[in-house]
Amino acid sequence: MALVEVDKTPATADAPEQRRMMLHMGPSHPAMHGIVQIDVELDGETITNVQVEIGYLHRCFEKMSETVVWNNVFPYTDRLNYVSPLINNVGYAMAVEKLLGIETTERCQWIRMLVSEVSRITDHLTCVGASAMELGSLTVFLAFVEAREALWECVEELTGARLTISYVRVGGVKGDLPPGFAGRLRAAMKIVREKMALGDKLLTRNRIFVDRMETGPTDRAFCHRWGINGPWGRSAGLDYDVRRDFPYLRYEDVDFDVPIGTRGDNYDRYLVRMEEMRQSMRIIEQCLEKMPAGELNVDFEGKVIKASDMRDLGNAGLTAGLVMDYSVAADPTLNGAGKDIVWTVRVGDREVSLPPKEEVYGSIEGLINHFKLVMSGHGIRPPAGEAYHAVEGGNGELGFYVVSTGEDRPWRVRVRPPCFVIMSALHEILRGLMIADIVPTFGAVNMIGGELDR
Amino acid sequence: MPNTTALPSVERLLPQVRELLGPKVLASHCHRGDETILVAPGEIVSVLAALRDDKGLDFDTLMDLCAVDHLPRRPRFEVVYHLVSLAKRQRLRVKVPVEEKSPSVPTVSGLWPGADWFEREAWDMYGIVFEGHPDLRRLLMYEQFEGHPLRRDYPVNRRQPLIGPRN
Repeated sequence: MALVEVDKTPATADAPEQRRMMLHMGPSHPAMHGIVQIDVELDGETITNVQVEIGYLHRCFEKMSETVVWNNVFPYTDRLNYVSPLINNVGYAMAVEKLLGIETTERCQWIRMLVSEVSRITDHLTCVGASAMELGSLTVFLAFVEAREALWECVEELTGARLTISYVRVGGVKGDLPPGFAGRLRAAMKIVREKMALGDKLLTRNRIFVDRMETGPTDRAFCHRWGINGPWGRSAGLDYDVRRDFPYLRYEDVDFDVPIGTRGDNYDRYLVRMEEMRQSMRIIEQCLEKMPAGELNVDFEGKVIKASDMRDLGNAGLTAGLVMDYSVAADPTLNGAGKDIVWTVRVGDREVSLPPKEEVYGSIEGLINHFKLVMSGHGIRPPAGEAYHAVEGGNGELGFYVVSTGEDRPWRVRVRPPCFVIMSALHEILRGLMIADIVPTFGAVNMIGGELDR
Repeated sequence: MPNTTALPSVERLLPQVRELLGPKVLASHCHRGDETILVAPGEIVSVLAALRDDKGLDFDTLMDLCAVDHLPRRPRFEVVYHLVSLAKRQRLRVKVPVEEKSPSVPTVSGLWPGADWFEREAWDMYGIVFEGHPDLRRLLMYEQFEGHPLRRDYPVNRRQPLIGPRN
C-alpha cells in the first residue's frame, strides 16, 4: 500500500477534524490476486470511496481469436480462468458446436462434465485457500494446495498439462480417459476430502476467521441488479445455477444440490464454496458410475456394428458419419495421454472433429484431415450466424458468444467473464466497510486476472 | 448422421415479445434455439425496460452486453444484449444496429447498474458512445491509447507502448 495523499481539511464546528486519506492498493500487492488496483479513500479506517482499475493483464483474447481458425482458439481459452481452464474449454467448444448444430457423443459429454467438476473443485480450493492465507491461516492454504495438486495430477495425466491443457476439441475431447483413471481420481478426491475436513476444522468455527469473514454483505436484490451470480450470488440467496436452470451436457442425469446462503457475507461465500466442492465430488462420483463404456460403434442409424463390417463399409467408401472405435499401434507419446484413442469421444464428422495424433502421424489420411482442420484457410466453417452458450464457471455464468460469417475463423468471440461483473460492483460493496475488510471481501470475489482482463 | 442433431429452432418467446413491443421490433429470428430481436438504438431503453417489467416475460437480468463490428456491412456496428429471466429460465438476445458515423446508443446503466463496465468496455474496444453513461472512460486500455482495438480495421500487429519503439 502506498500512501499518496493526506488531505487535512481545516477543522470546523460540524467536523472537528477531517482526515481523508487516499490509498492505492495494488496493482502489485500481496493480497491482490493478479494485478488490479483498488484506490480507496479513507476516513479513519472507514472506506468512503473506492475506484477499481483493471486492464493490467489484458492480452487481447478477443482480438487474437479473430485471427486464428476456430480450432486454434482453444489454447487462448485455457488462459482465461487459469485455475479452472477445462470449464473454459468446454464453454467455447459448446458454443461453436451450437453454431455448427452438432451434438457430441454421450461418453464425450460425461467426460466433459467430469473434467468441468474437477476444475470447479480446483477453482474453489484456490479461492478458499488463498482467502484463508490472507487472513493468517497458512496451514489451510498449504493443505488446499496439496489437495489441488492431487487433482491437477489427474488432470495432467488426462490432458498432458496442468494449466494450459487445451483438452477439449470442437466435436469432442482430445482423448479418452486413461485406463485406471477412475481409481486414481477417487484417490485424489479422498485427499481432497481429508484436506477439506482439516480446513473445516481449522476455519469454520474459528473465532478469528469468523469475525473477519462476517463482513462485506450483499443482498439478493443487489446481486440481481448487478448481474452477479455464481457462488457470490448464491450466498446472497440468488438461486441461479446454469447447470440446473439451463442444463447442458448431462447435468440433468445427475443429482446435486445448489447451496444457497442466507446472509450473503464473506462467511456465507466461504460456506457455499465448501459445499459446492462436496457437490462437485458427488457429481464426479456419479459421472464415474454412469458413464457409458467405450464400445459405441454406431452406423448411420445409430445401430451398433462390428469393426470388421465397418472396415468393409470403409473400403466401399461409405465412411461419412461413422463413429469408429479402434486402436492404433503408435508411439503413445504422440498424444500425451498414452492410450489407445477411441472415436467414441468425438463426433463422427471428419469435417469438424480433429483426428487423433496417432492417425496424424501414422497415416496420410489423418495428416490431411488434420491439415484441413487446422491450417489457415482450411479450418472448419460454421454456417453464418451467431450463438451464445453459457456454462457454470467457477465464479458464475461463463458465456461464450460466437459470431460466424461462414469463414474458417471466428468473426467475433465474446466472453462473458463472471468475475468481471463482481469487480464492476466492488466499489459499491466496499464502500462503508473498514479497510481490513477489503482483504476477505476481495478474496471472496475470486478475481482471476486472465478472465477479468482477457 | 448419428449424434448430430440440429438444435430445435422453434420460436417460443418471439410471438409474445412481438406482441409486447409491436412495431419496435425491426426484425426477429431464431437460430440454433437462440431467439433474437433487432430494435432501433433510440428504442433500446424503453424496449429493455418493457421486457424487464413485463410479468409474462420477466427478463430481469442483463447477463451480457457487447458490441460486434460487421465491417464492411452497414450499419457497421451492433450492440448485443443478452437477457435472462431467472424465474422463467429463458433467454433473449436483443441487438441494436449502430451506424459507423458517430456511433452512439443510449445507456442502459439506469436499468441495470451492471451495464456500467460492459458499456465502458464496448466504448473502449469499439468506440461506441453510450449516451448518458455516468463515467464513460476506457476500461481495459490506458488513456493514452489511440483508436479502438477490437474494430476490424485496427491492425492486429499495431503496437502502442507508452515507452519504447512503436511501429
